Amino acid sequence: MLSRTADHLYWLARYTERAENLARLLDVSYQMSLVPQSIAAQNENWRAILALNSLESAFAGSYPAVNVDNVLRFMVADATNPSSIYSCLRAARENAHAVRGTLTAEMWESINATWIEVRQQTFEQILARGISEFFDWVKLRSAVTRGVTFGTMLKDDALHFIRLGGLLERGDNTARILDMQYHILRQSDDEGASDFYRWGALLRSLSAFQVYRKVYRDAITPARVAELLILRMDLPRSLHACADGIVRMLQLIANDASAETQRQAGVLHARLHFARIDDVLAGGLHEYLTDFMDRIYELGDGISRDFLIAA
Amino acid sequence: MSTAFYNEMYDSDAGLRPHYRAFAEWLAGTPAERLERKRAEADTAFHRVGITFAVYGEEAGTERLIPFDIIPRIIPAAEWAQLEAGLRQRVQALNAFLHDIYHEQAILKAGCVPAEQVLNNAQFRREMIGVDVPSGIYAHIAGVDIVRAGAGESYVLEDNLRVPSGVSYMIEDRKMMMRLFPELFSRHMIAPVQHYPDLLLDNLRTVAPKGVANPTVVLLTPGAYNSAYFEHTFLAQQMGIELVEGRDLFVRDETVFMRTTQGPQRVDVIYRRLDDDFLDPLVFNKDSMLGVPGLLSAYRAGHVTLANAIGTGVADDKSVYPYVPEMIRFYLGEEPQLNNVPTWMLRKPEDLRYVLAHLPELVVKEVHGAGGYGMLVGPAASRAEIEAFRARIIAAPEKYIAQPTLALSNCPTFVDSGIAPRHLDLRPFVLSGKRGVGMVPGGLTRVALRAGSLVVNSSQGGGTKDTWVLEN
Repeated sequence: MLSRTADHLYWLARYTERAENLARLLDVSYQMSLVPQSIAAQNENWRAILALNSLESAFAGSYPAVNVDNVLRFMVADATNPSSIYSCLRAARENAHAVRGTLTAEMWESINATWIEVRQQTFEQILARGISEFFDWVKLRSAVTRGVTFGTMLKDDALHFIRLGGLLERGDNTARILDMQYHILRQSDDEGASDFYRWGALLRSLSAFQVYRKVYRDAITPARVAELLILRMDLPRSLHACADGIVRMLQLIANDASAETQRQAGVLHARLHFARIDDVLAGGLHEYLTDFMDRIYELGDGISRDFLIAA
Repeated sequence: MSTAFYNEMYDSDAGLRPHYRAFAEWLAGTPAERLERKRAEADTAFHRVGITFAVYGEEAGTERLIPFDIIPRIIPAAEWAQLEAGLRQRVQALNAFLHDIYHEQAILKAGCVPAEQVLNNAQFRREMIGVDVPSGIYAHIAGVDIVRAGAGESYVLEDNLRVPSGVSYMIEDRKMMMRLFPELFSRHMIAPVQHYPDLLLDNLRTVAPKGVANPTVVLLTPGAYNSAYFEHTFLAQQMGIELVEGRDLFVRDETVFMRTTQGPQRVDVIYRRLDDDFLDPLVFNKDSMLGVPGLLSAYRAGHVTLANAIGTGVADDKSVYPYVPEMIRFYLGEEPQLNNVPTWMLRKPEDLRYVLAHLPELVVKEVHGAGGYGMLVGPAASRAEIEAFRARIIAAPEKYIAQPTLALSNCPTFVDSGIAPRHLDLRPFVLSGKRGVGMVPGGLTRVALRAGSLVVNSSQGGGTKDTWVLEN
């Protein structure tokens, strides 16, 4: 397939996944902000979201203060913020538009309909209907797009590049969400009921709350949450599951130039496959997740070089 | 209803023409709210599917729907047979003309077409002199605009031999009509059009370079911001070929390759939807980012086929148009079956004098204009517009031609106030390949939606109708 086509497909998947995970991240942050706490602590959490995406200075250029309203507006509906949900959905649609002939009609229509709908809403309208409802809508639209992708596309390279982009983005995003929330939760000194809600909200934001109950049948502890989201092979949003998918997709699209990228993906996968959570935590979770995100970034670089801008 | 215009549905006594009888019965028996609902359904569907076109001169990336009208344009079998024969003849002669002017130039030597009109034409490409193209075909795809005027006789308005567009609307309009009103298709014997992409691909494969057994065909688009981008993606998808941009291709050893995830792959036939000027920055427009450096060298070496060929614009140029009947006589030894519109060429002083004295009655067009841009429709123009145009003509008369304002036929059409007659034209898509000239019956019917307007171009607010060629 054309390198440029593969590039658009890969990015269309990344932006779709990114919009969904942004909705997940903002939703959990919003839920947590409802737990009783000081305004200062609350605003600190919103500041952390900006820092997570390296957006502090862009934000400061347009907004006077960090608070829930401003950060939500900036991250949900601000067209000038390239990382907002609005911008991600626009980028997904633009990439799809460039290769709409490669997509099935249902896929294109799903992506296009999402964009048309988000474009028609102001942030005030979104707030009036309830911000959580909007986040649910974003997740639902992502699920619909994923559904028609798997349900209608031929299992050829086009689908493999879409899946590869989605998996890479998802792995990165899960790591980010976990890194940020873990950091906040470890800092909070009250060990009481509010922690339960916070860990619960984190699990819910990654659609892992019921799974946790099913797998552990026990109280929620930080170590188990980390184990579930990092090491469980059978949880679709875990780092391990993403790395596993990346290795398989790379095998399917391999070419003469991609051996090194495949090796790196294999290393990443092995590190997750054979890890124990105690060792991960002993070395520092933040350090572990940062290393993971760096490796994902490297993989993205390699994929670009080997397949997407090939000569 | 005005009687000054030929109406496609009613005769001069307001009686139904026979080929519209079954449709009119159906229309009378269909409740207005059902029609209204179906029209809304068509709008939503076109929007969701994204059948849009970009509008130049508006904010980049602005996309609009082309309005679709649910009353079809119906052509009886016998009338189509005549049109089709005339189109075959015309396109055959145009291809022969193109081969001739880039080789022996017999028609110029015979004095049938003034040599300076051809050789000094900006669309005449010296690079093509002596170049042999497969099967001698230059215009593989022609979008010939036909109008009906006066008492119902047909005229060719333009030949469109460069990168004619609109065929995707022909197909989508049919799909939409079948979806909205399936019952109509059991009441009529309507010739199918949806196989156009197969016919096109088949044609393109026949003109591959010599010795290529299983040619790779691609469609070259200027990109997602081109007004016809929807059509490019549509046709590439329907034909199952790659949709490429210039940056996806490169030339090595006078051979064209595309960049793929598995390395370079050879390309044999390029259905290009990019004007000559942008094809190869080494030869034509140096600033073009849309083309492929070295493409012309690969083309001249015969290692790749371009459809349409480079340099076809000289044959559909408005200053050469008046000579097409002569071409038919010269190359085919036949009398033309389709009429040309009488044309004044303003480079001729006596024509210029006449036209300047009669501007309010005439249509004046730029020789190199297209898409309904840069033209004057005298009867519809204000005094000030006419005077402004007069100044432009006097400044450069050779840039303009003029034609009588044709009383274009009209057809009942849904508008805000109900059903009213609107003017229309017809663009059949004529395909030429190794096995001859072919086309699907009918074409794209464009309709001017503003009352009284004679300009049907989508960029000027025109709409489309499904076109039915009856098989009985």
